[in-house]
Amino acid sequence: MTTRNVNIWNRLDKASIAIFLLLVIIGWFNIYAAVYNEEHTRIIDLSQRYGKQFVWILLTIVIAVFVVVIDTRFYFFFAYFIYGGLILMLIFVLILGKDINGARSWFQIGSLSLQPSEFAKFGAALALAAYLNSTKQDLGKLRIFVISIAIILFPALLIVLQPDMGSAVVYFALFIVLFREGMSPYIFVSGLLMVILFFFTLVFNNQYLTIGLIAAGFALAWFVTRKWKLCLMGLGILIIVFFLIYGLNSLVIKSMKDEHVLFISVILSGAAYAVYFYNKKAVALFIIFLFLLGSLAFVNSVDFAFNNIMKPHQKERVEILLGIKSDPHGTGYNVNQSIISIGSGGFSGKGYLQGTQTKFKFVPAQSTDFIFCTIGEEWGFLGSLIIIGLYVFLLIRLIILAERQRSGFSRIYGYGVVSVFFIHFFINIGMAVGLVPVIGIPLPFLSYGGSSLWAFTILLFIFLRLDASRAEYLV
Amino acid sequence: MKDAFISRKYVIMALIVLASLLLIVRLFVIQVVKDTYRLSADNNVLRYVTQYPARGLIYDRNKKLMVYNQAAYDLMVVPAQVSKIDTSEFCNLLEISTTSFRERMDEAVSYSRRAPSVFLKQISAESYARLQEKLFQYPGFYVQPRTLRKYSKPIAGHILGYVSEVDEALVKKEPYYKSGDYIGKLGIEEAYEKYLRGQRGVKIFLVDVYSRIKGSYADGRMDTIAVQGEDIVSSVDMDLQEYGELLMRNKSGSVVAIEPKTGEVLALVSSPNYDPGLLVGRIRSGNFSRLSADTAQLPLFNRAIQAKYPPGSTFKPINGLIGLQENVIAPSTVFGCNNGYLFVACHSHSSPLDLIHGISNSCNSYFCQVYRRILENPKYPTIEDAYSKWREYLTEFGFGKKLGIEFPNELNGLIPSPAYFDKYYGKNKWKALTVISMAIGQGEVETTPLQMANMTAAIANRGYYYIPHIVKSIGNDKKIDQKYLTRQVINIDSANFESIVLGMEQAVNGEAGATARIAALKDIIVCGKTGTAQNPHGRKDHSVFVAFAPKDDPKIAIAVYIENAGFGATYAAPVASLMIEKYLTGKVTNAWSEQRILDLNLIAGDNTQR
Repeated sequence: MTTRNVNIWNRLDKASIAIFLLLVIIGWFNIYAAVYNEEHTRIIDLSQRYGKQFVWILLTIVIAVFVVVIDTRFYFFFAYFIYGGLILMLIFVLILGKDINGARSWFQIGSLSLQPSEFAKFGAALALAAYLNSTKQDLGKLRIFVISIAIILFPALLIVLQPDMGSAVVYFALFIVLFREGMSPYIFVSGLLMVILFFFTLVFNNQYLTIGLIAAGFALAWFVTRKWKLCLMGLGILIIVFFLIYGLNSLVIKSMKDEHVLFISVILSGAAYAVYFYNKKAVALFIIFLFLLGSLAFVNSVDFAFNNIMKPHQKERVEILLGIKSDPHGTGYNVNQSIISIGSGGFSGKGYLQGTQTKFKFVPAQSTDFIFCTIGEEWGFLGSLIIIGLYVFLLIRLIILAERQRSGFSRIYGYGVVSVFFIHFFINIGMAVGLVPVIGIPLPFLSYGGSSLWAFTILLFIFLRLDASRAEYLV
Repeated sequence: MKDAFISRKYVIMALIVLASLLLIVRLFVIQVVKDTYRLSADNNVLRYVTQYPARGLIYDRNKKLMVYNQAAYDLMVVPAQVSKIDTSEFCNLLEISTTSFRERMDEAVSYSRRAPSVFLKQISAESYARLQEKLFQYPGFYVQPRTLRKYSKPIAGHILGYVSEVDEALVKKEPYYKSGDYIGKLGIEEAYEKYLRGQRGVKIFLVDVYSRIKGSYADGRMDTIAVQGEDIVSSVDMDLQEYGELLMRNKSGSVVAIEPKTGEVLALVSSPNYDPGLLVGRIRSGNFSRLSADTAQLPLFNRAIQAKYPPGSTFKPINGLIGLQENVIAPSTVFGCNNGYLFVACHSHSSPLDLIHGISNSCNSYFCQVYRRILENPKYPTIEDAYSKWREYLTEFGFGKKLGIEFPNELNGLIPSPAYFDKYYGKNKWKALTVISMAIGQGEVETTPLQMANMTAAIANRGYYYIPHIVKSIGNDKKIDQKYLTRQVINIDSANFESIVLGMEQAVNGEAGATARIAALKDIIVCGKTGTAQNPHGRKDHSVFVAFAPKDDPKIAIAVYIENAGFGATYAAPVASLMIEKYLTGKVTNAWSEQRILDLNLIAGDNTQR
């Protein structure tokens, strides 16, 4: 491709930079408020968080400039290397990282702490962009699809090993990128269904759920084929098989629960259905049956996973979210306190530095994961609205920028940035208001922390640089 | 570039907008619509007021109260809730200086701004009353009620132990305890801590930002009730204990009295001792330091179980028993005494003597020869074997090991193993004569007064004992440890015991020559044995006496040790006799003897730590 010399600085998207600066500055003021202590009035107090954040912000500006200065082609050619390097960091942290509360997520270098899981986000976005671009985004092909997923999930897996489930979850956001680049929407729909089924399984009794699913399956079958007799016959086969197995269980095996009996019945009936499906090439019915089978399998495995694989505190968080459990002074404490804080802000908030909840430190982790509480309490509904508005504006702006990219690489990477920002935004604020189970991830640019601030800055500014250089390449 | 999926951008944008709307609606609901959060925030402070249960009381064996509780109040502070107050008035109320106030505040702040800490410990009931009405003017301060121990009589300090604050190391180790809790130390307070302490409860109150109580949190559903500690009935006879401490005043030594049929300790006196009331509350640490520092008198030291003495002649009955059991002597066996035997001296008395008179006259020769026969018994191929067998009998009596009384720091005493002598002299290089001093309770033998009393109880019972213990029952229905209720049988025929009992009877009630006639009582047959323990530290001998009474159906077995008091008969025997009489009849007939003991002062200066 031919290049032409262009003044990058003029071409950087001003709107995005403006929002970036706004968020960073508001973030600083909020951290000051969250950590506010009448005794510490010096602003540049390095022993306090706001002092440190001030330094991190200065460094961030330097990093942003640095990122912009580097040539676009560097990102393009070295995408995989950057990704690989960060993967190595994730592996190293498991061995060399400092053990904090049972998890190895941080490198401690002198007085500086670095969290590789934050940085790996832009690495994954870069690698994904490079890969999809090179394969012409042909996500229809299974191999390409699988490798894309691998790129996304590999860092997530390493992070789960730390263990840090929360940070791992954000990588799933990159599925949005895949969606944009042509992944079948059914996968998304299935994903969504799985999430809904997951929560249904926890809330509702398994037996009823199984019956419900089977009923839904047959209803759908009738809806598609309109053949009464056929569906009734299918149902009849299922009922006969069910009684047979039920009898077997009562007399001989005696250890299966009713919903398991139903599940097995469905599988066995499937054998009978298969004959029909094959003969009549009833593809739609076959798919419906597969869905039913899949859902039942999913329901059962969720049960198993929830009770046997998830750790107790994770289980509790979900149960508290769903209202199954109420434990305002135990696991639900964080959220309860958070909602109280935000709720007490009212319409226009209590005023800067007047938040009683934050002042008396009722909200744990209030300068990091629950930073939104300070905003909610001190700036009220209006303030919360403004912050959300800023984020939405940024996200939409980034989408617009992504769409105007000429190279696939830049566009795909742009969507990567959007996805990552979006999921942090939604989960963090959602958690603070009690809509999402407590997953500890930072709010971009607002939460205290060097690693997250720098990582998000790099993530954003690489894209701004790519965007600014789109005029360089005449392709 | 042709992009087939470009329209998907709208889907993604829609997703973002929808998600944001969801958040906004939720925010609207909790911030604008619902009022409850504003109120919750105001009443958000939870105050956990610990309900400390009353500590269990301690009674004596006749259900007379020995230890009970008095109310005390700790003034607590939560620095974050303290606003500007009238410091001088506050200090006046509390009777502390403003400097003290500042120091205490600083300490509380450095501990934690949000968590409560103790501002002033154990303010008096009067201070509390005065403070109560004005406390609302001082937000951030509140009163935590506590209980402190009070003693009916200033006795039995060693038996009862004391109560102090739990130290940080224990708080880390034992999850039940929190910083500031009380815990029993030494004596019954420590041994039965788990029963006495009860179970902490908690009342949770909602308190607003100004520290005003708004009500119970969750309608008291999360509150837990404090469970009172269980009372302990100790085996001690308070009157006997008091009398024993009185008699032992100004002397250094120990008295242990046991009820033979049950192993219950009737009295455990260690002198010099201290008034347990000294170790209560605010004065405790000062007094404790003072008592610990007294290295001349060692008042905190429990001589009954922590001191090892050579038993002296009181050891002879044991050797007699073993000799009988091993068939190396019979009651009729006589030995001559030439003011001694070989290199062991003996006082003047008629000679030869049989077993009974050997005991009553406390003849060293007799028992040296008995001991020699035991160790040179042809039944055993080597001296190690014979000695081991001898040692085995001693172990059955409870010597050379902890008996297992509830106190934590009981000593084992020492009956050396054959290996000890092998190492010192060389295997097979030592003989009976090498260790002959053990025949008469000298040499390497070391026993505690508790062990001697226990031995006496075993003899009184003619062949068994129950492990000495200080507690009779716990609470309403709890029995004490099964081991105290298990009879410990000694493998010596009771007929042999009978012979020894006769000897001890003669020692007290026999004709001239009997060493313990001073201990005889008019209507009660006392059986006893004197001992004059040579003091390895070189000073005057210890006066030792063991006895039980009445001879048939014994009710009390007693061991008395008085350091540096000379012959056993001189002082230890009268003390035992007085105490036996006091216990069995409730009064004392020989006022002269009593006065003489009371007047005896073997310690320079007044040893009464009151």
